[in-house]
Amino acid sequence: MTTVINVPPSLDDHTFEDVLRQVVPYPADTKLLLDARHVRWASPYGLTALLTLAQARPGVLSLAVPELDETGSYWARAGFFRQAEELFELHGTYPKRAGTADSNVLLELTAVAKSEDVHDVVGRIQQKAQQILRELSLDAKASVGFAMTLSEICQNIVEHAGRGGWVMVQTYRWTKRLGRRVVVIAVGDAGVGFRQSLESAPGKERGDRWDDAAALEDAVIRGVSRFRDPGRGQGLAGVRRYLGRWDGKLSVRSGTARIAIVPSWDDDVPLAEQLPPFPGAQIQVTIPERGTEPAAARGTSR
Amino acid sequence: MMNHIDLSSVLRQTVACDLYSNLVTRPTGAAVRGQIELLLGNAHDRTLTVIDFSQVSMIDFSCADEVIAKLLLRYATENPPHEAYFLFRGVTDVHWEAIETVLERRGLALVVEQDDGVHLAGALPDAERRVWESVRRLGRAGIRDVALDLGELPSAAEQSLDALCRRRLMMKLDHEYVVVGAHRGG
Repeated sequence: MTTVINVPPSLDDHTFEDVLRQVVPYPADTKLLLDARHVRWASPYGLTALLTLAQARPGVLSLAVPELDETGSYWARAGFFRQAEELFELHGTYPKRAGTADSNVLLELTAVAKSEDVHDVVGRIQQKAQQILRELSLDAKASVGFAMTLSEICQNIVEHAGRGGWVMVQTYRWTKRLGRRVVVIAVGDAGVGFRQSLESAPGKERGDRWDDAAALEDAVIRGVSRFRDPGRGQGLAGVRRYLGRWDGKLSVRSGTARIAIVPSWDDDVPLAEQLPPFPGAQIQVTIPERGTEPAAARGTSR
Repeated sequence: MMNHIDLSSVLRQTVACDLYSNLVTRPTGAAVRGQIELLLGNAHDRTLTVIDFSQVSMIDFSCADEVIAKLLLRYATENPPHEAYFLFRGVTDVHWEAIETVLERRGLALVVEQDDGVHLAGALPDAERRVWESVRRLGRAGIRDVALDLGELPSAAEQSLDALCRRRLMMKLDHEYVVVGAHRGG
Protein backbone atom coordinates (compact mmCIF):
# COMPACT_ATOMS: atom_id res chain seq x y z
CA MET A 1 0.00 0.00 0.00
CA THR A 2 1.22 3.49 -0.82
CA THR A 3 0.45 6.46 1.40
CA VAL A 4 -0.13 9.83 -0.23
CA ILE A 5 1.67 12.89 1.09
CA ASN A 6 0.36 16.26 -0.06
CA VAL A 7 2.94 18.76 -1.24
CA PRO A 8 1.72 22.36 -0.69
CA PRO A 9 1.07 24.56 -3.75
CA SER A 10 3.89 26.86 -2.68
CA LEU A 11 6.90 24.87 -1.53
CA ASP A 12 9.59 26.68 0.44
CA ASP A 13 11.56 26.27 3.65
CA HIS A 14 8.50 26.85 5.82
CA THR A 15 5.91 24.84 3.92
CA PHE A 16 8.32 21.94 3.50
CA GLU A 17 7.81 21.38 7.23
CA ASP A 18 4.20 20.43 6.38
CA VAL A 19 5.55 17.72 4.08
CA LEU A 20 7.84 16.44 6.81
CA ARG A 21 5.04 16.41 9.40
CA GLN A 22 3.07 14.11 7.10
CA VAL A 23 6.07 11.88 6.35
CA VAL A 24 7.55 11.44 9.82
CA PRO A 25 4.86 9.16 11.32
CA TYR A 26 5.63 6.47 8.74
CA PRO A 27 8.54 4.05 9.15
CA ALA A 28 11.45 4.56 6.74
CA ASP A 29 10.48 1.57 4.59
CA THR A 30 6.89 2.74 4.01
CA LYS A 31 6.05 3.44 0.39
CA LEU A 32 5.03 7.07 0.07
CA LEU A 33 3.74 9.06 -2.87
CA LEU A 34 4.55 12.75 -2.72
CA ASP A 35 1.68 14.39 -4.52
CA ALA A 36 3.14 17.54 -6.09
CA ARG A 37 0.49 17.77 -8.83
CA HIS A 38 -0.88 21.02 -7.48
CA VAL A 39 2.41 22.70 -6.77
CA ARG A 40 2.62 26.05 -8.54
CA TRP A 41 5.85 27.41 -7.14
CA ALA A 42 8.91 25.95 -5.41
CA SER A 43 11.90 27.73 -3.96
CA PRO A 44 15.44 26.34 -4.38
CA TYR A 45 15.11 25.12 -0.79
CA GLY A 46 11.90 23.29 -1.65
CA LEU A 47 13.50 21.51 -4.59
CA THR A 48 16.72 20.55 -2.77
CA ALA A 49 14.67 19.39 0.20
CA LEU A 50 12.58 17.07 -1.98
CA LEU A 51 15.75 15.43 -3.27
CA THR A 52 17.12 15.25 0.25
CA LEU A 53 13.95 13.57 1.48
CA ALA A 54 14.33 10.93 -1.22
CA GLN A 55 17.96 10.47 -0.21
CA ALA A 56 16.84 9.92 3.39
CA ARG A 57 14.26 7.33 2.38
CA PRO A 58 15.90 5.46 -0.50
CA GLY A 59 13.80 3.32 -2.80
CA VAL A 60 10.40 4.00 -1.30
CA LEU A 61 9.34 7.42 -2.56
CA SER A 62 7.27 8.20 -5.60
CA LEU A 63 6.58 11.68 -6.85
CA ALA A 64 3.54 12.85 -8.80
CA VAL A 65 5.00 15.75 -10.78
CA PRO A 66 3.29 19.17 -11.08
CA GLU A 67 0.41 19.23 -13.53
CA LEU A 68 0.88 22.85 -14.47
CA ASP A 69 3.07 23.04 -17.59
CA GLU A 70 4.71 26.21 -16.41
CA THR A 71 5.74 24.62 -13.12
CA GLY A 72 6.96 21.41 -14.75
CA SER A 73 8.93 23.42 -17.26
CA TYR A 74 10.57 25.45 -14.50
CA TRP A 75 11.46 22.33 -12.50
CA ALA A 76 13.05 20.92 -15.65
CA ARG A 77 15.06 24.11 -16.22
CA ALA A 78 16.13 23.98 -12.60
CA GLY A 79 17.54 20.51 -13.27
CA PHE A 80 15.16 18.88 -10.81
CA PHE A 81 13.92 15.98 -12.92
CA ARG A 82 17.40 15.00 -13.99
CA GLN A 83 18.35 14.50 -10.35
CA ALA A 84 14.94 13.18 -9.28
CA GLU A 85 14.86 10.40 -11.85
CA GLU A 86 17.55 8.60 -9.89
CA LEU A 87 15.79 9.01 -6.56
CA PHE A 88 12.04 8.86 -7.11
CA GLU A 89 9.62 6.82 -9.10
CA LEU A 90 8.14 9.70 -11.10
CA HIS A 91 4.48 9.76 -12.08
CA GLY A 92 2.94 12.08 -14.65
CA THR A 93 4.38 13.87 -17.64
CA TYR A 94 7.26 16.26 -17.40
CA PRO A 95 9.73 17.80 -19.85
CA LYS A 96 12.53 15.31 -20.48
CA ARG A 97 14.82 18.08 -21.58
CA ALA A 98 15.35 21.37 -19.87
CA GLY A 99 14.84 23.38 -23.08
CA THR A 100 15.96 26.99 -22.89
CA ALA A 101 17.96 27.86 -19.84
CA ASP A 102 16.15 29.90 -17.21
CA SER A 103 17.97 33.17 -16.72
CA ASN A 104 16.78 33.27 -13.12
CA VAL A 105 18.42 29.97 -12.33
CA LEU A 106 22.00 30.97 -11.64
CA LEU A 107 22.99 27.42 -10.75
CA GLU A 108 20.68 24.52 -11.47
CA LEU A 109 20.35 21.71 -8.97
CA THR A 110 23.85 20.28 -8.80
CA ALA A 111 25.13 17.29 -6.89
CA VAL A 112 27.94 18.00 -4.45
CA ALA A 113 29.93 15.14 -2.98
CA LYS A 114 33.60 15.98 -3.25
CA SER A 115 36.03 18.86 -3.30
CA GLU A 116 36.12 18.97 -7.12
CA ASP A 117 32.36 19.56 -7.16
CA VAL A 118 32.86 22.68 -5.05
CA HIS A 119 35.46 23.95 -7.54
CA ASP A 120 32.99 23.34 -10.34
CA VAL A 121 30.11 25.08 -8.54
CA VAL A 122 32.23 28.12 -7.65
CA GLY A 123 33.60 28.34 -11.19
CA ARG A 124 30.13 28.21 -12.68
CA ILE A 125 28.70 30.84 -10.33
CA GLN A 126 31.62 33.16 -11.08
CA GLN A 127 30.57 33.10 -14.72
CA LYS A 128 27.27 34.56 -13.52
CA ALA A 129 28.94 37.17 -11.32
CA GLN A 130 27.91 40.10 -13.51
CA GLN A 131 24.29 38.98 -13.43
CA ILE A 132 24.36 38.64 -9.64
CA LEU A 133 25.79 42.13 -9.29
CA ARG A 134 23.17 43.53 -11.63
CA GLU A 135 20.29 41.72 -9.95
CA LEU A 136 21.27 42.86 -6.49
CA SER A 137 22.89 46.23 -7.25
CA LEU A 138 26.00 45.10 -5.42
CA ASP A 139 29.63 45.94 -6.00
CA ALA A 140 32.29 43.54 -7.27
CA LYS A 141 33.55 42.75 -3.79
CA ALA A 142 30.12 41.42 -2.89
CA SER A 143 30.18 38.92 -5.72
CA VAL A 144 33.43 37.46 -4.41
CA GLY A 145 31.86 37.14 -0.98
CA PHE A 146 28.92 35.43 -2.62
CA ALA A 147 31.20 32.84 -4.23
CA MET A 148 32.99 32.35 -0.89
CA THR A 149 29.66 31.82 0.84
CA LEU A 150 28.63 29.29 -1.77
CA SER A 151 31.96 27.51 -1.43
CA GLU A 152 31.82 27.30 2.35
CA ILE A 153 28.28 25.98 2.62
CA CYS A 154 28.92 23.42 -0.11
CA GLN A 155 32.02 22.31 1.78
CA ASN A 156 29.78 21.65 4.75
CA ILE A 157 28.50 18.68 2.76
CA VAL A 158 31.92 17.47 1.68
CA GLU A 159 33.46 17.80 5.14
CA HIS A 160 30.66 16.75 7.44
CA ALA A 161 27.73 15.05 5.74
CA GLY A 162 29.41 11.75 4.96
CA ARG A 163 27.40 11.56 1.74
CA GLY A 164 26.51 13.80 -1.18
CA GLY A 165 23.96 16.58 -1.31
CA TRP A 166 22.68 19.25 -3.66
CA VAL A 167 23.01 22.96 -4.22
CA MET A 168 20.92 25.39 -6.22
CA VAL A 169 21.14 29.16 -6.74
CA GLN A 170 18.32 31.25 -8.07
CA THR A 171 17.23 34.85 -8.28
CA TYR A 172 13.65 36.01 -8.12
CA ARG A 173 11.51 38.93 -7.13
CA TRP A 174 10.26 38.31 -3.62
CA THR A 175 7.13 40.40 -3.95
CA LYS A 176 5.10 39.55 -0.88
CA ARG A 177 7.80 39.73 1.73
CA LEU A 178 10.32 42.16 0.43
CA GLY A 179 9.24 43.79 -2.81
CA ARG A 180 12.78 43.38 -4.04
CA ARG A 181 14.83 40.89 -5.95
CA VAL A 182 16.78 38.32 -3.98
CA VAL A 183 19.42 35.74 -4.74
CA VAL A 184 18.92 32.50 -2.85
CA ILE A 185 21.37 29.68 -2.25
CA ALA A 186 19.92 26.39 -1.02
CA VAL A 187 22.07 23.45 0.03
CA GLY A 188 20.79 20.20 1.43
CA ASP A 189 21.95 16.73 2.36
CA ALA A 190 20.56 13.80 4.33
CA GLY A 191 23.87 12.84 5.87
CA VAL A 192 25.36 13.43 9.29
CA GLY A 193 23.66 16.41 10.89
CA PHE A 194 25.29 19.04 13.06
CA ARG A 195 24.60 17.31 16.37
CA GLN A 196 26.08 13.99 15.34
CA SER A 197 29.02 15.73 13.69
CA LEU A 198 29.85 17.70 16.85
CA GLU A 199 29.37 14.63 19.02
CA SER A 200 32.16 12.94 17.08
CA ALA A 201 34.62 15.58 18.33
CA PRO A 202 37.33 14.03 20.52
CA GLY A 203 36.54 14.62 24.19
CA LYS A 204 33.27 16.36 23.41
CA GLU A 205 31.44 17.00 26.68
CA ARG A 206 27.70 17.32 26.56
CA GLY A 207 26.16 19.98 28.74
CA ASP A 208 22.85 19.75 30.53
CA ARG A 209 21.16 20.87 27.38
CA TRP A 210 22.45 19.03 24.37
CA ASP A 211 20.18 18.63 21.40
CA ASP A 212 19.93 19.69 17.76
CA ALA A 213 19.27 23.31 18.71
CA ALA A 214 22.32 23.43 21.01
CA ALA A 215 24.46 21.89 18.27
CA LEU A 216 23.28 24.52 15.78
CA GLU A 217 23.99 27.32 18.25
CA ASP A 218 27.49 25.92 18.78
CA ALA A 219 28.24 25.60 15.08
CA VAL A 220 26.52 28.66 13.63
CA ILE A 221 26.81 31.20 16.45
CA ARG A 222 30.00 30.11 18.24
CA GLY A 223 31.91 28.66 15.29
CA VAL A 224 32.44 25.32 17.03
CA SER A 225 33.66 22.46 14.87
CA ARG A 226 34.15 18.76 15.45
CA PHE A 227 37.84 19.32 14.77
CA ARG A 228 40.08 20.54 17.56
CA ASP A 229 42.07 22.66 15.14
CA PRO A 230 41.26 26.29 16.06
CA GLY A 231 41.24 27.18 12.37
CA ARG A 232 38.13 25.11 11.88
CA GLY A 233 34.61 26.45 12.12
CA GLN A 234 35.39 29.76 10.47
CA GLY A 235 33.51 28.98 7.27
CA LEU A 236 30.06 29.56 8.72
CA ALA A 237 31.40 32.45 10.81
CA GLY A 238 32.66 34.06 7.60
CA VAL A 239 29.32 33.46 5.92
CA ARG A 240 27.57 35.17 8.84
CA ARG A 241 29.87 38.16 8.59
CA TYR A 242 29.32 38.46 4.85
CA LEU A 243 25.55 38.25 5.21
CA GLY A 244 25.58 40.81 8.02
CA ARG A 245 27.29 43.24 5.69
CA TRP A 246 24.83 42.72 2.85
CA ASP A 247 21.69 42.45 4.97
CA GLY A 248 21.30 38.78 4.10
CA LYS A 249 19.59 35.96 5.91
CA LEU A 250 21.06 32.61 6.88
CA SER A 251 18.99 29.69 8.08
CA VAL A 252 20.34 26.28 8.96
CA ARG A 253 18.10 23.32 9.71
CA SER A 254 19.40 20.07 11.14
CA GLY A 255 17.58 17.29 12.93
CA THR A 256 14.68 18.81 14.81
CA ALA A 257 15.84 22.44 14.93
CA ARG A 258 16.42 25.42 12.70
CA ILE A 259 18.50 28.44 13.52
CA ALA A 260 18.36 31.68 11.59
CA ILE A 261 20.32 34.90 11.44
CA VAL A 262 17.39 37.17 10.77
CA PRO A 263 17.85 40.60 9.13
CA SER A 264 15.50 43.49 9.82
CA TRP A 265 13.43 42.87 6.69
CA ASP A 266 12.34 39.43 7.87
CA ASP A 267 10.37 38.27 10.89
CA ASP A 268 11.44 34.66 11.03
CA VAL A 269 12.15 33.19 14.46
CA PRO A 270 15.86 32.96 15.37
CA LEU A 271 15.46 29.42 16.68
CA ALA A 272 12.78 26.86 15.96
CA GLU A 273 12.79 23.63 17.96
CA GLN A 274 10.81 20.41 18.01
CA LEU A 275 10.46 20.36 14.25
CA PRO A 276 9.80 17.06 12.52
CA PRO A 277 13.10 15.14 12.47
CA PHE A 278 14.99 15.32 9.19
CA PRO A 279 18.54 13.97 8.81
CA GLY A 280 21.53 15.93 7.57
CA ALA A 281 21.63 19.68 7.14
CA GLN A 282 19.64 22.10 5.02
CA ILE A 283 21.00 25.58 4.58
CA GLN A 284 19.43 28.60 2.94
CA VAL A 285 21.07 31.94 2.23
CA THR A 286 19.01 34.88 1.01
CA ILE A 287 20.62 38.10 -0.16
CA PRO A 288 18.34 41.00 -1.08
CA GLU A 289 18.80 43.66 -3.71
CA ARG A 290 20.41 46.79 -2.35
CA GLY A 291 19.12 50.30 -2.43
CA THR A 292 15.39 50.33 -1.91
CA GLU A 293 13.34 49.89 1.20
CA PRO A 294 11.11 46.85 1.51
CA ALA A 295 7.78 47.55 -0.18
CA ALA A 296 5.72 45.14 1.82
CA ALA A 297 4.90 45.56 5.48
CA ARG A 298 6.74 43.22 7.79
CA GLY A 299 4.74 40.22 8.84
CA THR A 300 3.09 39.68 5.48
CA SER A 301 2.78 36.00 4.91
CA ARG A 302 4.28 34.46 1.88
CA MET B 1 68.06 32.91 -1.50
CA MET B 2 64.76 34.06 -2.97
CA ASN B 3 61.85 32.02 -4.38
CA HIS B 4 58.83 33.14 -6.33
CA ILE B 5 55.72 30.97 -6.13
CA ASP B 6 52.82 31.74 -8.44
CA LEU B 7 49.87 30.29 -6.54
CA SER B 8 47.71 29.90 -9.64
CA SER B 9 50.41 27.71 -11.25
CA VAL B 10 50.68 25.64 -8.11
CA LEU B 11 46.90 25.38 -8.01
CA ARG B 12 46.73 24.14 -11.60
CA GLN B 13 49.38 21.53 -10.91
CA THR B 14 47.59 20.49 -7.75
CA VAL B 15 44.08 20.06 -9.11
CA ALA B 16 45.34 18.95 -12.53
CA CYS B 17 42.92 21.23 -14.34
CA ASP B 18 43.57 24.45 -16.25
CA LEU B 19 40.04 25.69 -15.63
CA TYR B 20 40.40 26.39 -11.95
CA SER B 21 41.78 29.67 -10.73
CA ASN B 22 39.98 29.66 -7.42
CA LEU B 23 41.63 28.64 -4.20
CA VAL B 24 38.68 26.91 -2.59
CA THR B 25 38.21 23.92 -0.25
CA ARG B 26 40.48 22.53 2.45
CA PRO B 27 41.78 19.57 0.45
CA THR B 28 42.88 21.95 -2.31
CA GLY B 29 44.48 24.28 0.22
CA ALA B 30 46.30 21.42 1.91
CA ALA B 31 47.57 20.17 -1.44
CA VAL B 32 48.77 23.65 -2.48
CA ARG B 33 50.54 24.11 0.85
CA GLY B 34 52.12 20.69 0.39
CA GLN B 35 53.52 21.83 -2.97
CA ILE B 36 54.85 25.04 -1.45
CA GLU B 37 56.53 23.13 1.35
CA LEU B 38 58.02 20.77 -1.19
CA LEU B 39 59.54 23.73 -3.02
CA LEU B 40 60.79 25.18 0.25
CA GLY B 41 62.20 21.82 1.22
CA ASN B 42 64.86 22.22 -1.45
CA ALA B 43 65.97 25.51 0.03
CA HIS B 44 68.84 25.91 2.42
CA ASP B 45 69.36 28.28 5.31
CA ARG B 46 67.61 31.62 5.02
CA THR B 47 65.06 32.07 2.22
CA LEU B 48 62.58 34.74 1.24
CA THR B 49 59.63 33.38 -0.69
CA VAL B 50 57.24 35.60 -2.61
CA ILE B 51 53.76 34.05 -2.58
CA ASP B 52 52.03 35.57 -5.60
CA PHE B 53 48.23 35.87 -5.67
CA SER B 54 48.11 37.94 -8.86
CA GLN B 55 46.42 35.25 -10.97
CA VAL B 56 44.17 33.85 -8.22
CA SER B 57 40.52 34.80 -8.78
CA MET B 58 39.41 34.16 -5.23
CA ILE B 59 40.25 32.31 -2.03
CA ASP B 60 37.76 31.10 0.55
CA PHE B 61 38.18 30.91 4.34
CA SER B 62 38.95 27.19 4.43
CA CYS B 63 41.60 27.39 1.75
CA ALA B 64 43.14 30.53 3.28
CA ASP B 65 43.46 28.68 6.56
CA GLU B 66 45.16 25.72 4.89
CA VAL B 67 47.48 27.64 2.58
CA ILE B 68 48.39 30.74 4.54
CA ALA B 69 47.70 30.18 8.21
CA LYS B 70 49.19 26.69 8.38
CA LEU B 71 52.21 27.73 6.32
CA LEU B 72 52.91 30.62 8.69
CA LEU B 73 52.27 28.45 11.74
CA ARG B 74 54.87 25.94 10.57
CA TYR B 75 57.60 28.46 9.95
CA ALA B 76 56.85 31.14 12.56
CA THR B 77 57.90 28.92 15.46
CA GLU B 78 60.97 28.53 17.62
CA ASN B 79 62.12 25.51 15.61
CA PRO B 80 61.05 25.84 11.98
CA PRO B 81 62.30 23.39 9.30
CA HIS B 82 64.55 26.24 8.16
CA GLU B 83 64.66 30.01 8.32
CA ALA B 84 61.94 30.94 5.85
CA TYR B 85 60.34 34.36 5.32
CA PHE B 86 57.29 35.10 3.23
CA LEU B 87 56.20 38.14 1.26
CA PHE B 88 52.67 38.13 -0.13
CA ARG B 89 52.17 39.81 -3.49
CA GLY B 90 49.11 40.52 -5.63
CA VAL B 91 46.71 40.38 -2.69
CA THR B 92 43.62 42.45 -3.50
CA ASP B 93 40.21 43.06 -1.97
CA VAL B 94 38.91 39.83 -3.47
CA HIS B 95 41.40 37.84 -1.41
CA TRP B 96 41.57 40.01 1.61
CA GLU B 97 38.41 39.08 3.46
CA ALA B 98 39.37 35.42 3.77
CA ILE B 99 43.02 36.10 4.55
CA GLU B 100 42.30 38.70 7.21
CA THR B 101 39.75 36.42 8.86
CA VAL B 102 42.13 33.49 9.24
CA LEU B 103 45.00 35.69 10.41
CA GLU B 104 42.85 37.16 13.16
CA ARG B 105 41.49 33.78 14.18
CA ARG B 106 44.97 32.28 14.41
CA GLY B 107 46.67 35.36 15.85
CA LEU B 108 49.03 35.59 12.87
CA ALA B 109 50.47 38.40 10.80
CA LEU B 110 52.16 38.66 7.43
CA VAL B 111 53.87 41.14 5.15
CA VAL B 112 52.16 42.18 1.92
CA GLU B 113 53.81 43.95 -0.96
CA GLN B 114 51.77 46.69 -2.59
CA ASP B 115 52.48 49.40 -5.13
CA ASP B 116 53.60 51.80 -2.39
CA GLY B 117 55.81 49.31 -0.58
CA VAL B 118 55.48 46.65 2.08
CA HIS B 119 52.84 46.61 4.79
CA LEU B 120 51.95 44.58 7.84
CA ALA B 121 48.63 42.79 8.00
CA GLY B 122 46.90 40.59 10.52
CA ALA B 123 46.91 40.24 14.28
CA LEU B 124 49.82 41.83 16.10
CA PRO B 125 50.28 43.61 19.44
CA ASP B 126 50.44 47.39 19.05
CA ALA B 127 53.98 47.54 20.46
CA GLU B 128 55.29 45.13 17.82
CA ARG B 129 53.39 46.92 15.08
CA ARG B 130 55.01 50.27 16.09
CA VAL B 131 58.47 48.70 16.11
CA TRP B 132 57.92 47.09 12.71
CA GLU B 133 56.81 50.45 11.26
CA SER B 134 59.83 52.12 12.82
CA VAL B 135 62.27 49.68 11.21
CA ARG B 136 60.48 50.00 7.90
CA ARG B 137 60.93 53.79 8.07
CA LEU B 138 64.54 53.56 9.15
CA GLY B 139 65.40 50.96 6.50
CA ARG B 140 67.90 49.02 8.56
CA ALA B 141 68.17 49.64 12.25
CA GLY B 142 69.71 48.50 15.51
CA ILE B 143 67.97 48.24 18.86
CA ARG B 144 69.10 51.71 19.95
CA ASP B 145 67.93 53.27 16.67
CA VAL B 146 64.45 51.88 17.16
CA ALA B 147 64.32 52.81 20.85
CA LEU B 148 65.37 56.35 20.01
CA ASP B 149 62.88 56.60 17.14
CA LEU B 150 59.98 55.49 19.33
CA GLY B 151 61.11 57.00 22.62
CA GLU B 152 61.13 53.59 24.28
CA LEU B 153 63.57 51.76 26.49
CA PRO B 154 66.04 49.65 24.46
CA SER B 155 64.93 46.56 26.37
CA ALA B 156 61.32 47.10 25.26
CA ALA B 157 62.37 47.65 21.66
CA GLU B 158 64.56 44.54 21.75
CA GLN B 159 61.70 42.46 23.09
CA SER B 160 59.43 43.52 20.22
CA LEU B 161 62.21 43.04 17.64
CA ASP B 162 62.82 39.50 18.86
CA ALA B 163 59.10 38.75 18.73
CA LEU B 164 58.90 40.10 15.17
CA CYS B 165 61.83 37.92 14.13
CA ARG B 166 60.12 34.87 15.63
CA ARG B 167 57.03 35.74 13.62
CA ARG B 168 59.24 35.92 10.51
CA LEU B 169 58.11 39.49 9.88
CA MET B 170 61.61 40.85 10.33
CA MET B 171 65.12 39.60 9.63
CA LYS B 172 68.14 40.06 11.85
CA LEU B 173 71.28 40.82 9.87
CA ASP B 174 74.31 40.84 12.14
CA HIS B 175 73.28 43.31 14.86
CA GLU B 176 70.68 45.13 12.80
CA TYR B 177 67.15 44.47 11.76
CA VAL B 178 65.31 44.83 8.44
CA VAL B 179 61.63 44.23 7.66
CA VAL B 180 60.77 41.42 5.28
CA GLY B 181 60.64 42.69 1.71
CA ALA B 182 62.13 46.07 2.61
CA HIS B 183 64.62 45.98 -0.23
CA ARG B 184 61.69 45.73 -2.62
CA GLY B 185 60.57 49.27 -1.88
CA GLY B 186 58.65 51.17 0.76
